[in-house]
Amino acid sequence: MSTTAVPPKKVNRIGLEVLNYKGGKTTLCAGCGHNSISERIVEAFYEMGIQPWNVAKFSGIGCSSKSPAYFLGLSHGFNSVHGRAPSVATGAMLANRTMKGIIVTGDGDTASIGIGQFVHLMRRNLPLIYILEDNGVYGLTKGQFSATAEMGSKSKGGVVNDMRKIDCCLLGIELGATLVARSFSGDKKQLQGILKTALHHNGLSVIDIISPCVTFNDHEGSTKSYSYMKEHDLPIHQVDFVPYYEDISIEMADGEVRDVEMHDGSHLRLRKLGRDYDPTNKRNAVRLIEDSEEKGEVATGILYIRPREENFFDQLGLMDAPLATLPESITRPAQSALDMVMEELR
Amino acid sequence: MSTTELTPVGSRQGGTPKKTVNDFSIQVATVNGSGSQTSNTVLMRSIFQMGIPVSGKNLFPSNIQGLPTWFTIRASKQGWVARKKEIDFMVAMNPETAKEDCLSLQPGAAILYDEPLKLNELRSDLHFYPVPFDKLVAPVCPEARLRKLVRNMIYDGVLAQLLGIDMQEIRNALVKQFGAKKAKAADLNWGAVQAGYDFAAQNLTKSDACVVERMNKTAGKIIIEGNAACALGSVFAGCTVVAWYPITPSSSLVETMIVYLKRLRVNKETGEASYAVVQAEDELASIGMVIGAGWAGARAMTSTAGPGISLMSEFIGLGYYAEIPAVIFDVQRVGPSTGLPTRTAQGDTFSNAYVSHGDTKHPILFPGNPEECFTMAIEAFDLSEFYQTPIFVNTDLDLGMNNWMSDPFPYPTQPIQRGKVLNAEELERLGGFARYKDVDGDGVGYRTLPGTNHPEAAYFTRGSGHNEKAQYSERPDDYVNNMDRLSRKFEHMRTKVPAPEVIVNPKASVGILCCGTSLHAAEESRDQLRREYGFETSYYRVRAFPFHAGLEEFIDRHDRVYVVDQNRDGQLYSLIKLDSPPHRIAKLRSVRYYGGLPLDARTVTDEVVLQEGL
Ligand SMILES: Cc1ncc(C[n+]2csc(CCOP(=O)(O)OP(=O)(O)O)c2C)c(N)n1
Ligand code: SF4
Ligand SMILES: [Mg+2]
Repeated sequence: MSTTAVPPKKVNRIGLEVLNYKGGKTTLCAGCGHNSISERIVEAFYEMGIQPWNVAKFSGIGCSSKSPAYFLGLSHGFNSVHGRAPSVATGAMLANRTMKGIIVTGDGDTASIGIGQFVHLMRRNLPLIYILEDNGVYGLTKGQFSATAEMGSKSKGGVVNDMRKIDCCLLGIELGATLVARSFSGDKKQLQGILKTALHHNGLSVIDIISPCVTFNDHEGSTKSYSYMKEHDLPIHQVDFVPYYEDISIEMADGEVRDVEMHDGSHLRLRKLGRDYDPTNKRNAVRLIEDSEEKGEVATGILYIRPREENFFDQLGLMDAPLATLPESITRPAQSALDMVMEELR
Repeated sequence: MSTTELTPVGSRQGGTPKKTVNDFSIQVATVNGSGSQTSNTVLMRSIFQMGIPVSGKNLFPSNIQGLPTWFTIRASKQGWVARKKEIDFMVAMNPETAKEDCLSLQPGAAILYDEPLKLNELRSDLHFYPVPFDKLVAPVCPEARLRKLVRNMIYDGVLAQLLGIDMQEIRNALVKQFGAKKAKAADLNWGAVQAGYDFAAQNLTKSDACVVERMNKTAGKIIIEGNAACALGSVFAGCTVVAWYPITPSSSLVETMIVYLKRLRVNKETGEASYAVVQAEDELASIGMVIGAGWAGARAMTSTAGPGISLMSEFIGLGYYAEIPAVIFDVQRVGPSTGLPTRTAQGDTFSNAYVSHGDTKHPILFPGNPEECFTMAIEAFDLSEFYQTPIFVNTDLDLGMNNWMSDPFPYPTQPIQRGKVLNAEELERLGGFARYKDVDGDGVGYRTLPGTNHPEAAYFTRGSGHNEKAQYSERPDDYVNNMDRLSRKFEHMRTKVPAPEVIVNPKASVGILCCGTSLHAAEESRDQLRREYGFETSYYRVRAFPFHAGLEEFIDRHDRVYVVDQNRDGQLYSLIKLDSPPHRIAKLRSVRYYGGLPLDARTVTDEVVLQEGL
C-alpha cells in the first residue's frame, strides 16, 4: 500500500477514516483469534477504499459468526442460522450483484452442519469472500471437537480426537473455488495481503484462517493453538497486493516474484520464500497441502488462484443493475405479453 | 373380431337407454410412460373445444415408467370440475389393471378395452366395446417402434365415434398439441384416430348413454395447470430471484416459470436476464437463498411440497423473526414423511400456519383455481414485502398438476407494492431510522436495502433477540415488545389478505366452509344437497390465514358450520377452533377426506347427510 503525505486526519482513497470501518465492541474472549481477523478485515477494507455501505456481511452461528457485528459497522450485516450463511449470501448477491459480500463462519458452521452449503457455494463461483475462522472446536457450545480438528489432537479435557479431519482448502480446490488460501490469525501481513487479493477477485475466495480459541483449544496437544501455529506455520510465499489504481513499477529481481494479474488489472505479487510455487495449478496446490501435512507443517499463503474463470453471474446471464431495485417496467411484462400467453392456452 | 357376443345392457333391457348429454366421466387406464398423455390431452381438449366444460385429472404413481396410471376426464354441462366419484366410461388400456378396472365399475357403465383382454367375460352388466388395437395400429404406423405411442390415439377415434365428438375438433386439438413443427407426428397420430373412428363406425354398436353435444360454455376460456398459473403470476408479480429444489408435485411450477421467464423477462437486445433462477442443493439452501435475496430487496420465491417445508422450518422462523419477505409456494401432497408423493391433500394447512420453533405464525393464501393461483401469486409478493414476512401460497397436487378450465387471467390493475423501504434521500431527511420501530401503528417497521448509498442505511439483521434499533438484546422488555409488535402486525393482515368468498343463504341454518380446491366439491355438494335432499346451505370459502373477521359473523349466523378438510386431522377445522371462542367452536363440524384423490362432491354430501341425519 502506498503512503501518501499524511493529512491531519488519515483517510483512504474514498475519503473515509479507519474509524468508519470499525464495528461494535467485541464480546469475544480476550485473545480470541477471531478478534485479530476482524481487525485485519477492518484494515483491508479501509486500505482498499471499499465503500462500507456497499458491503454485505454474512455469518452463521458461533463465536466466529458473531464477529461481523465487530467490524464494518456501516455495512449491512446478516447473522443467519447455523451453517447456512452460504445460501443467504448467494441469494443476497443475486439480488444485488454490485455489493461486496463477505461471509464469516466457523469450522463447526462450515465443516459440519453447513458442509452441504459450503460445498455447493464453491461450485457456484460467486464473487464472495468466505472466511473460515478455524479453531478446531465449537467455541460457542464450549469446546467440542469440530470436523477440522486433527486426528490425534487433544481436547482441553485430554480426550484424543479419533476422527479424520476435513481439509476445507483441499475441498475448495477440488470443488471449484477460484481462490483458496490458508492463513493464521497471528500473521498480520499475510492475512492482509490475502484479504486484499480476495477483495479484487471476481469469484469465490475461500480463506481458511487458523484462529486459536484461547478458552477451549489453546493447550498442549492442540494443533490449532498459538504455539502450535508458531512452530508449524510454513508460509509458502510473501503475499503483496497492488490494486489496479496503483503503480506497479516497484522493481523486483527477476525470478524472485510471481505475478498474477487479477481480472480488474490488479496484481498479486507472490515473493518466493525458499521455493517457487505456482498457485494457478490445481495439482500443485493439492500436492503442497498433502506434502506439508505429511511433514507436520501447515502451508499458508495463496494456495490456489484462477483469476479469470467465469463466475455465477455470467453463467446466469444476469443484468448489471441490481435485481432488487429494478423498476416495474422491467420486472412486469406488458399486458400484451399476458394476452399472448392466454391466447396460447385457449 | 365380432361384436355379436356382446349383450349390450340397453338391448338386454329392451330399448336404448336415454341419452346422458355432456354429463359423464371417462377414465383412461394406461401404463405410466406409455405416451397416453397426448391422446388424453387431445381427447379432453376436443370436448372443451366443443364448448363443453371439462376437467382432466391425472392419477399417477410415483414412478417414471411401467406402473399403472389413470386419467379422468369429466364433461359437465353444469360446469362441475371436481372429481366425479363414479366412472361412466372406462378405457382399459393397461392389461395389468384391466380386470380390476372392469370390476370396479358400477353397473351400466361402459368399457372400451383391448379385445384380447376379453373383459366381457368378467361380468355382463356393462356396455362392452372391444377394440383390436394391435391389428388397427399396424397399418397406420408402419414403424414398429412408434406403435406403442401411436396406439393410444386409436381410442380417441373410437370415443369420437361413440360419444359424438366432432372429428375436426380432434384434428384441431392434435395440431395444437404437436405444434407446427411436428406436423408429421400430428399426421401419424391423426391416421390412428381415423382408424379408430372407422373401426367403431363399422364394428361397434353404441349402447351406452354418454354423448357429447356442442355447447357454448367454454368460449374464451383457457386450459391450464395450477402450477403454470402460479408461475405466470410470479412472472407478472415481478419476481426476480427464484431458488428451488425439485419435488413432486411442485417441480413443474418453477420449470414452467423458467420457460416464461426466458420468453418474457430477457432483454431482447442485450440478452440479459432480469431474474435469477437457482436450482439449489436442497430446500435448506433454496429457502436460505430466498431469505437472503428478500433481505437484499429482491422479490424472491421458492416452490416446494411438504418434505421441503419441513427442511425449511428453521429458516422460516428466521424470516419471521428478522422480518424478511419470502414467498413460498407449497404444492401439497400426501404426508406424513414421503407419504403418497403423487396424491393430493391439504395436509400442510396447520403446519404452515405455525412452522418453526418458538412463537411463530405465518400468513397463508389458499387459491382454489388457476385464476386465483395467478392473482394470489401477485398478492403474495405484495403482502410479503409489505409485511416483511414469509408468506405461503398453499395449493395442492390436484390444482397444481391437473388441467383446469379457467377464464383468462386479468392483467394486474395495481402497480407493484414494494412496502416500506427507505432510500438514501429519505434517510438523509430523517437522519437515520430504527429498523423495528412501529412508526405507523401497523406493526410494520421501515427497512433499508443493502447497497443504499447512505452511511445511515445499514442495520444488523439477526435471528437472535433484538431491540427496535436492531441491536442485540436479551432484555425481557425488548423481547416482549418485539413479540407483541409481531402479533399486531399479524392481526393487521386480517383485512389485507384476500377476503373470503361468502354466500349467505337466508333459508339455510347450516354452512359449508372450506379452503383451496375443496371449493369444487363443496359447490357441487351444495347443489346435491339442495336437489336430492331439499337441504339449503350457506357457503364460506376461506381464502387466507389469518382469517377475516367475517368468519365470526358467518359462524354466528348459522347453527352448524361444516368445515371441509382434505386431511385426517381436520386441520382447517382446528385452525378455526384455535381462533374461536367456545360458543362458536360448539357450532363447528368437521368433514374430512384423506384418501389422496381429489375431493369429490359425493363424499362431502354423504358426510353432511350423515351428520345432519337427513
Ligand atoms: C441448528 C443448530 N444446532 C446447534 C446449534 C448450537 N451451536 C451454536 S454455535 C455451534 C458451534 C459453533 O462452532 P464454530 O462454527 O466452530 O464456531 P466457533 O464458536 O468455534 O467460532 C453450535 C453447535 C445452533 N445454533 N443451531
Ligand atoms: S470461546 Fe473460543 S472461539 Fe469463542 S470467543 Fe472465546 S476464544 Fe473465541
Ligand atoms: Mg470453531
